Amino acid sequence: MTNKINLYDVTLRDGSHAISHQLTISQIEHYTKAIDQTGIYAVEVGHGNGLGASSVLVGKSQLSDEVLLKTAKSNLEHTKLGIHVIPGFATIKKDIEKALSWGVDIVRVASHCTEADITERHLGYVREKGKEAYGLLMMSHMASPETLLDEAIKMQTYGAEAIIILDSAGSYLPDDVKERITLLSQNLNVPVGFHAHNNLGLGISNSLVAIEAGAQIIDGATKGFGAGAGNAQLEVLAAVLQKMNYKTNIDLYKLLDTADIVEKDFIKEPITISSLSIVSAIAGVFSGFAKHVKRVAKEFNVDPRDIFMELGRQKVVAGQEDTIIDIALKLQKRI
Amino acid sequence: MKLKVAIIGTGNIGTDLLIKISRSPYLQCTLFSGRNLNSKGMLKAMSFGVPLSDKGIEAIVEKPECCDLVFDATSASSHKVHAPILKQLNKIVIDLTPAKLGLFTIPSVNLEEALKYDNLNMITCGGQASIPIAYAVSKIVKNIEYIELVSTIASKSAGPGTRANIDEYIETTEKALSHFSGCQNVKVIINLNPAQPSIDMNTTIYLKINKPDMDLITSEVKKMVATIQSYVPGYSLSLDPVYDNGLVILSIKVQGLGDYLPKYAGNLDIINSAAIALAEEFAKNREVSHDK
Repeated sequence: MTNKINLYDVTLRDGSHAISHQLTISQIEHYTKAIDQTGIYAVEVGHGNGLGASSVLVGKSQLSDEVLLKTAKSNLEHTKLGIHVIPGFATIKKDIEKALSWGVDIVRVASHCTEADITERHLGYVREKGKEAYGLLMMSHMASPETLLDEAIKMQTYGAEAIIILDSAGSYLPDDVKERITLLSQNLNVPVGFHAHNNLGLGISNSLVAIEAGAQIIDGATKGFGAGAGNAQLEVLAAVLQKMNYKTNIDLYKLLDTADIVEKDFIKEPITISSLSIVSAIAGVFSGFAKHVKRVAKEFNVDPRDIFMELGRQKVVAGQEDTIIDIALKLQKRI
Repeated sequence: MKLKVAIIGTGNIGTDLLIKISRSPYLQCTLFSGRNLNSKGMLKAMSFGVPLSDKGIEAIVEKPECCDLVFDATSASSHKVHAPILKQLNKIVIDLTPAKLGLFTIPSVNLEEALKYDNLNMITCGGQASIPIAYAVSKIVKNIEYIELVSTIASKSAGPGTRANIDEYIETTEKALSHFSGCQNVKVIINLNPAQPSIDMNTTIYLKINKPDMDLITSEVKKMVATIQSYVPGYSLSLDPVYDNGLVILSIKVQGLGDYLPKYAGNLDIINSAAIALAEEFAKNREVSHDK
């Protein structure tokens, strides 16, 4: 087993959730210029739900995908530009074809953890165009390890060059991560990756468990800037890995400088593990729901925690944010 | 006399159509044609005593007098091959694939217009569920700035065809939504939910409208819901129109009849129910012209 770890930065994509997809051109410019000097393998840019996802359902982007990606690309020389794509939101013709023409290097095609077969054509298309194609299984806590492996194998068959499992609700315990990553890395022919959320304060430790279990790609966000309680904090992870003698090719000082940009320019409210993020993890609901739940709960005067628990009971997946109002109205009537 | 109809494509959609046709006072299935006589759908059709074939569209070419109307339940790419052949044979064609060749048809919206055409496209399941509602609102609100449709369907109700054609589903539904609502700024999203027991199809419609008259909108929406219920009994408004954050929002739930497909497959049931309603209208219309 190699001890080389690729760190993949999702700050400018998952972090979009944290500011309701309102990234500005100058934020992207400053950030991509700085991250390009750090040795980070790739930086992902875009709407929180990925390419083509700007919508009233999950939030409208301030900037178009074209502006977001072209701005980022023009500042990147060393670090690759990645994008998140969910079939059902984005299509090849409307979105992926254009994104590739704007210089995207890595396309990570994502589906709910049991629906890998909707990614076949998109992964195939990206490979055909000679770009890096990864398969992502979102909300992976909702499937058994065996099912995850079956779905990961499908993506591998479709041409995925790496498989990443996402703890989208931040609800994994370390043993859950260990079991899944071990199974996947022992049975797949491509590198396995892990994407943590910090809802239960386990972002860094779960990432370490994933690495020990064989993961070679680890997602993180500087300052932990992401949906819900945020992702694994990238500069902390880099520091820990350096201390543990893993090879990451990271210039830690430069990464710390980049993180400071986020602290200074991006963050409107401190990133902490809020009460609601904990409930989101316990209910097993996608972290990206948090802002919508908060707003609707206030408007309809119901407890946001009750909304989360009901969403969890209904086993909603990412993209079902439309059920929030319906649930709030039903809770309101019950009071 | 009943209108003679043929079905090509013997998968879930084709087989469910067959069962629905068997109840129709206006339609008689005179050919069920696919590729494999041992498929699940074929075996089911055998129990109905319907003439079967494994020659696909060739069965109609060989014996054109077998039917007046053809339901194409194959795939978009196959329909592109079938359409000119059926045109030459002078058949009315109801296309259940997202091939986008024929007239976009929604029974509750443009039934009369449809009767003048010989190739009718049923758009998509999400389209049949939500576009008539957007259309109803567009008749009373002239300045809809933006419309968004979000559908969630049970994983089990999405077969391999639906899964492979998720991009076509979005493109076709968006095109038809613009066509019927007159709004050019639209977006369509679809999710698959694997929860067990399987969930019913749910579609939420967001309409960006400045100062909407909610009473008027609600009453128009409810009228349209009642019209659709006349041919899709499991269709209902699960969230009455609300005004929130600058948007008119409402949700539709569609339960199927549970014929060949389980009840949760309301997404497939609605497109079949719409296709049958349309074929029956052709049958009734023909009776009228014969009476003359």
